[in-house]
Parts: sequence; structure tokens; C-alpha cells
Amino acid sequence: MPEGILCNKRPVETKEELQALLDDGRGQRYYEEMNELEVDRAALWATLQKTCKSRMRTWLEICAHCGMCADSCYLYTVNNKDPKQVPAYKIQSTLGEMIKRKGAVDNTFMQMVMDTAWSKCTCCNRCGMYCPYGIDMGVMFGYVRGLCFSQGFVPWELKIGSGMHRIYRAQMDVTTEDWVETCKWMEEEQEDDWPVLKIPIDKEGADIMYTCNAREPKHYPYDIAETAILFHIAGEDWTVPSVGWEETSLSMFAGDWAACKLQVETVYDAMERLKPKRMVGTECGHAFRATVIEGPYWAGRKDGKTPVESIHYVEWVAEALRTGKLKIDPAKKIKEPVTYQDSCNYIRNAGLGDIAREIMGYIAEDFREMTPCREHNFCCGGGGGLNGIGRYRKQRNIGLKMKRDQILATEANLVVSPCHNCWDAIRDMEEIYNIGIKWSFLKPLLLSMVEVPEHLKPTD
Amino acid sequence: MYQFITGPLLWLSFSIFFIGLIVRIVRYIRGLNWQMDRVTYTVNVSYGIKGAFRSIFFWLFPFGTRSWRTKPGMTVLFFSLHIGLIFTPVFLLAHNIILKERWGFSLPTISGTLADILTIAVFVSILFLVLRRIALPEVRILTTAYDYILLAITLAPFITGFLAAQHVPSYNFWLLAHIISGEIMLIVIPFTKLSHIVLFFLSRAQLGMDYGIKRGGMKGKGLAW
Repeated sequence: MPEGILCNKRPVETKEELQALLDDGRGQRYYEEMNELEVDRAALWATLQKTCKSRMRTWLEICAHCGMCADSCYLYTVNNKDPKQVPAYKIQSTLGEMIKRKGAVDNTFMQMVMDTAWSKCTCCNRCGMYCPYGIDMGVMFGYVRGLCFSQGFVPWELKIGSGMHRIYRAQMDVTTEDWVETCKWMEEEQEDDWPVLKIPIDKEGADIMYTCNAREPKHYPYDIAETAILFHIAGEDWTVPSVGWEETSLSMFAGDWAACKLQVETVYDAMERLKPKRMVGTECGHAFRATVIEGPYWAGRKDGKTPVESIHYVEWVAEALRTGKLKIDPAKKIKEPVTYQDSCNYIRNAGLGDIAREIMGYIAEDFREMTPCREHNFCCGGGGGLNGIGRYRKQRNIGLKMKRDQILATEANLVVSPCHNCWDAIRDMEEIYNIGIKWSFLKPLLLSMVEVPEHLKPTD
Repeated sequence: MYQFITGPLLWLSFSIFFIGLIVRIVRYIRGLNWQMDRVTYTVNVSYGIKGAFRSIFFWLFPFGTRSWRTKPGMTVLFFSLHIGLIFTPVFLLAHNIILKERWGFSLPTISGTLADILTIAVFVSILFLVLRRIALPEVRILTTAYDYILLAITLAPFITGFLAAQHVPSYNFWLLAHIISGEIMLIVIPFTKLSHIVLFFLSRAQLGMDYGIKRGGMKGKGLAW
């Protein structure tokens, strides 16, 4: 069975393999090798028989072909209502067909499935809310991604991403030493302004164990400093684990379920080791989805919960504002029109819509909702890993139009976007379409308007 | 002939219908897997029940969900079809007279006029659903011959029954055709996507439990369907 050196059915297990993939700029050779990759039909059919059970079989079987899902999908709308973008068509022509053919599919078919699963669906799960049967095609495409991954048909960046998790237990090559040093560096950086500020590492029994997104230590270390300052002002007893600090999971986007399990287990181990009262994750949607919502299932935790209660950063912010741990200077509230980007992963799929509004009530004077919003929001356009896949850049950029038009309709100048993926999508949207908006995480906004208690103010 | 199709064949049809649907229900539930579906069906049960109930409840009413509200035309077609399909045969006077004769009990009945209206509503809904399948590109791409066959199987007992009830010439023919087409429908239900008469509730309950237990149901007010 022909397998490429870079593109094959084996996940990345060594630093050398990972480097070889990284050296293949834009995955040129990787995708060439993919054209030769043979489908292991017996294995595919065996997996389908073993894992595609009553829930998904029933969904595929009873779909009434009514088309009510069409308008629920932003990719259908922005692609001029192309019938091939109807969610039911997308899943019937991929997973449905695979089952009909009992796994007897070829390379061309699998590449079509890969392109559909990653460029025509961001797993936002909106269609499931519009289907009378509750057929959730986002869930099914998540599953299809797993099938594709097992056969080696996965976008280059995500093969790398899941490899990163397997090797570094982080979505980027950030080692334990890198992480700890970054925390120390950020602590030192704040010495002048916040003399007693600490980023406590591996403190046992703290109230909060904080986890983040590897991009933060790698590219945006000041995000960690901002986190520390806000916890400091709020008087929180908090810590970060030296191991198990990464909340995200590109392996979830890749459909590499084994890597998903490895990744979340490092975080759960940190919870067991440090015994914090709660875990607070950063402003990231998919990280929360991976580690808090889906993770317990990957790890086989029968109560479906993380070892300690785990909350999203927005929940911590809302609580801190509600209890007065953080006080907003009324004069510094956001005056200009501002809107909020509901992240699919923690609004629709984790029920935090009200929490987001509560925060906006504290920090904004002219808050404007997008239409639709909350659970019925549209994906930012870059979810499910789509932001990061070069092969589908064109499709992603078309997809951004839905959010662009939603934002423009609010006439807001600023978009609050407490999710890395949404934040990236909106940044790229501004770069491509130049609509003249600003976008921000919550942390810098809060820091610009929070009242600092007297005893924490630096003494000159 | 009449004796046979209203005797053994009727028993057979109802047996296949009921046993078939029970098998579908059992197989559906047995095929659920908490870890693969990522829903702890047997833990956090109260949240699961609440989520399942909400997920079914709002969808049972016209315009009860955002999806129904955004597609008013489809909603009207959907509900007029389903209300006609369920109420007409169950509460029809003629059916209940037979029920009384055979088993000694009957259900409340609706007037002949109402039955006619509901039946015509079924005709009109099916006609427009067919036109919709032809006219709308997003529905056309999904449509297969199977969809039309199922619509025909569903329509047949209503057309034949309607004609028989009007006492048109060749009444006996239409009556026999009505009974046979009704039996065909009962028999195919468990084997086709018409099994949605039970699987609708199970599928909705499943997604409701997913949202109720895992995707936010333990926080906030529950999903706004």
C-alpha cells in the first residue's frame, strides 16, 4: 500500500517527522504525495461499522431531504446559495456515500471528502438547530474528519498541529522550559508597575489554575502578563501548571482522537496534581470546547466532567465584575458603538450567551447585538481550523463575508472577540475587506478601564 | 377478497407496523454510546430529561422554534400535512365504527366535514411539497426518487379513502384500494424513513440531551430553539 514520506496514515510521533513536514513549505510535497495515497478500504469499513452507530446512522437515514438546513449554513449563503453547500448534501455526498459504498472509495473521493470536511464545514453546529430532526451535521463532519485523519487525508497544517500535541502537548513547539521562562519573564517585566505581582507556578491548592493557548507564550506573551495583572487586581489566589497548561487542541480540528486524549489528560493530570478549586481557561473558544466540553469523553471520564470545575475566561470576568473583585471606572467604559462576537464553541455549544451580555453591560455604553446572535450566531468564518489551512484560504475569505456584513449592520466600530479563532478571522477580515473596525480580546479592554485598588498602586 | 384484506392482512400490517417500530426504538437506544456520542446519557439524568423535553416540545408547535419562524411557508405545509396525516385516520368516524364493531371501543371522532378539510389539506401540502422539491435548487439537489415514492405511498390511502368516502362510482374498487394502500403504508413505515414517526422523537431527544447535559444545559436557561 503506497504511503508517502510526509503524507501517510501514520500520525507524527517524532521531532524529525515534524521537522520534515515543517520544512515542506506550504505542504507542496505533502499534497503531491496525497495524490498517490491509497485508501485502506477494509480499515475504513471496519471503522465505520464499529463507530458509526445509531445516532449518526439514523441521522443519515431519516434526513427528509427538506432543505431546511440550507439557510442555516453561512457557507451556503455566502457562496451564492450554491446547492452543493447545503449541509444535508455535504454530509450525504461524503459520509452517506462512504457508508453506501461500504468503504469502497478511492483517492479522488477521499480528497473530495477532505475538502468538504475542512473547507465547507467549520463544525459550528448551527445546522443542527435548524433541522426538525435535530440532525447535527457539524457533529458528523467532526466524525468524518476522524475518518479522513485515519486514512491520511488531512490538511498539512493540521497534520503538523496534531503532531505538535503528540510531541509537545501543545499546539506549538513550546516546551515546559519555554513556558516557565515566559511566565518568569512576564513577571519580571511587570516589576516596575506591579511590584508584588507574581505568576505562581505549580502552586498546590490554589483557588484557580489557569490554562491558556500556546500562541500566548509563543507569540503574545503580554496576554499572560495581562492575565496576571487582572488576577492580581482581583486578588485571586491562582497558579499555572508547569505541565498541562495548554488548553487548546488542534488535534480536535484534525480528527486525531488519540492525540486529543493525550492532550487533555495532561491538563487533567495537572488538576489532580495541583488540586485547585477551579480551572479558568483563556479567551479561546475551541480550547474550552476541547478541554472542558468534549475532553472528558476523550479521556473516558464517565461523569462527562473535568476533574475540577472548569470555567471559561468570560465566566471568570462576569463573576469578578458581579462580585466587585474587578471594578470598572465608569468614565472609562467603552463609549463608541461596540458589538460582541459570539464564539460557536462557548456560546452555542456551552451556553454562555447570557454571561457575555452581562460583561458587556459592565463595560460598554453602546452595546449593539449582531443579528442573529447568541446561540443562533454565525461562525466568524474561520472556525474548525479553517483559519489556519492554506489550501482553503480562498474559501475562508469568501466565508468571512457573512460576519463582515453582520458587523457592518451593527455600525459598531469595535468588536469584542474573546476567542482566538474569531479574533484572527476578524483581523484577517479587516485586512482583506478594509471595513474600518477594531477588534479586541477582553483582557486589554478590562485593563484599560479597571479601577486599581489603592494598596496595589505602585509607590514612587 | 374483502374478508382477507380486512382480516389476516390487516392483522399482519398492524403487527409489522407496531413490532417494526418497537424494534427501531430498541435498536436506536441500544446503539447509543455515551463515549462515542459524547453524551453521558445515564449520568446527569435530570439535565438530560429537561434537554430532551425542551428539544421535542418547541418543535411540536408551528413557529415554536427559530427554524420554523424563518421558514413560514414550509412550516404551514409541514404542520398541515402532519396534522392531517395523524388526525384524519385516527379520529375518522368510519374507522372508529369499525374499531367499535371489532374491539368494542372507539376514540372520539371528528365530523365528516373536518375530515374532508384535513384530507384536502394533506393533498395540497403534498402537492406543494412536490413543487418545492422541483422548484427550489437547495431541495432539488437532495431529492431522490425515493422521496417521491414515499410521498406517493403516504398520499395513496388519502386519495383512495377520500374518493370512497364521496361514494363515487366503483365505490368498492376505491374502498379496496384504500385498505390495501393503507396496509402498504403501515408495512413500509418501519423499513423506510417514514420510521421517523418514532425516530423523530428519539433523534430530537438525543440532541436535546446533548445540549442539556454537555453543551451548556447545566449553565444558563437552556438552548433557545
